[in-house]
Amino acid sequence: MSDVELEPGDALHPGKPVIVDRYRGATRLNHWVTAISLVLLALSGLSMFHPSLFFLTAIFGGGQATRTIHPWIGVVLFFSFLLLFLQFWRLNLWNRTDVEWVAHAKDLVSGHEEKMPEVGKYNAGQKFIFWSMSILISILIVTGIMIWDEYFFDLTSIEVKRFAVLIHAVAAVIIILVWILHVYAGIWVRGSINSMITGSVSGGWAWRHHRKWLKRLAAKPANRGGPA
Amino acid sequence: MPDSPTTAVSNPPVQEFVNNLGASDMISRSATGDLPPPARRLTEVAKLIDVSKCIGCKACQSACIEWNDTSPAIEDNVGIYMNPHDLTPEMFTLMRFSEWVNPETDNLEWLIRKDGCMHCTDPGCLKACPAPGAIVQYSNGIVDFVHENCIGCGYCVKGCPFNIPRISKTDHRAYKCTLCSDRVAVGQGPACAKACPTQAIVFGTKADMIKHAEGRITDLKSRGYANAGLYDPPGVGGTHVMYVLHHADKPHIYDGLPDNPKISAVVQTWKGVTKYVGLAAMSFAAAASVLHGVFAKPNRVAPEDDANAERLVGGGPEERT
Repeated sequence: MSDVELEPGDALHPGKPVIVDRYRGATRLNHWVTAISLVLLALSGLSMFHPSLFFLTAIFGGGQATRTIHPWIGVVLFFSFLLLFLQFWRLNLWNRTDVEWVAHAKDLVSGHEEKMPEVGKYNAGQKFIFWSMSILISILIVTGIMIWDEYFFDLTSIEVKRFAVLIHAVAAVIIILVWILHVYAGIWVRGSINSMITGSVSGGWAWRHHRKWLKRLAAKPANRGGPA
Repeated sequence: MPDSPTTAVSNPPVQEFVNNLGASDMISRSATGDLPPPARRLTEVAKLIDVSKCIGCKACQSACIEWNDTSPAIEDNVGIYMNPHDLTPEMFTLMRFSEWVNPETDNLEWLIRKDGCMHCTDPGCLKACPAPGAIVQYSNGIVDFVHENCIGCGYCVKGCPFNIPRISKTDHRAYKCTLCSDRVAVGQGPACAKACPTQAIVFGTKADMIKHAEGRITDLKSRGYANAGLYDPPGVGGTHVMYVLHHADKPHIYDGLPDNPKISAVVQTWKGVTKYVGLAAMSFAAAASVLHGVFAKPNRVAPEDDANAERLVGGGPEERT
């Protein structure tokens, strides 16, 4: 199992403080392409979802431009997220620690993270975000193509398109809720955003939130990089 | 003078006419919640299409092309009279020809139905449209597409219970029959009704058209069409294009005219509960996370976490192996 508990690029830099490399440059770039795409999709999608948000079409240069560009951004997001998925899915498989972690979720919120089980690179909350995003993006790309009338009008009947557009809207609302949770968690757990900007976290952050991951890294001398 | 034309057969007036159908006559406007109530209510108008009088000459199609200045592509003859093959962004009305064997008489009946926008009282296209003012409904019953506001999303296609709107591949805007709103605005009936040589298409106030239909239905019944009737489907609140059908008990034989059209429950859900609950849920989640972020204690790394990490990892780089 040991080889699937770490990802390429994970490395330790001993010192005071300890620095831990968490995401490679390519992963971060990949993440931010996905993130920007998701935000643009949400803005353009919301403008066509509720009349009170139609003004958002101005960001994209008007209603026609918004309608044209939205599906293309979806294609970018799909492939960008696919790369993230291929990197992350193994470490996001559900295990027994996750069940225990969820049972202790109250401790996390009340500030007693020390009572929670030690977790590897991803905790159950992060896994929830990962799988929600994976499932919702799959639903959104499939239903999105079904209502991309410019190229795929003949693919499905109008009756099927009605269901597709409803499911697309519901899935979009849910993914925005998941996105809010993701961003919120990243801000609330201080030090997390850094892992996606500079690529590294402090040793204390790793000890506090992903102790099993840190221990696995520390156990293997090969994982040690140079001084921070 | 009546506020809307009451016939399509009169000759155009020679005096100048002012536009009598404007923004103040709108009773609904797509993606617009705060439309001011109209200052006046125009008399409801309707086009009545008597399929039993139609000879399939397509003068109505020609008149429609002529008036709206469209250019339907020239297509191949595939063995039926229908041409073009379907409604298109350039063809707002279409004669649909069906060959139907009446099981009671074993007679072949050639059913010809002029297809096009029905101008529903409860228009599914307008309900589905996300672009403010791209679809409007006037108090005289006309449902019109305002092309400069159209974003080409095709939601109207999904909202329509009659499969009428078509999106242009050229300018990416939705097109359909306007009930010649630009003619009606200046006291003229629709071009198709004007051109119809048998007066199978007539135009006037909706009340007059219902009365006219009654006479036609009585006549048809006296000629053996016991099920003759008016097609003014209540599922969409009635329409402003109505049919006299000799077999009104089975509209579907007329090339798939819906028996009981109404806005799909899926569309209603999408444009109803999903829109309101969805926006509320997203707003609530965003507001709650901002509030929590501002007032709750963040989850910070404690100094002892760093100390523990240093102890675990071991001293400095000199310990590297």
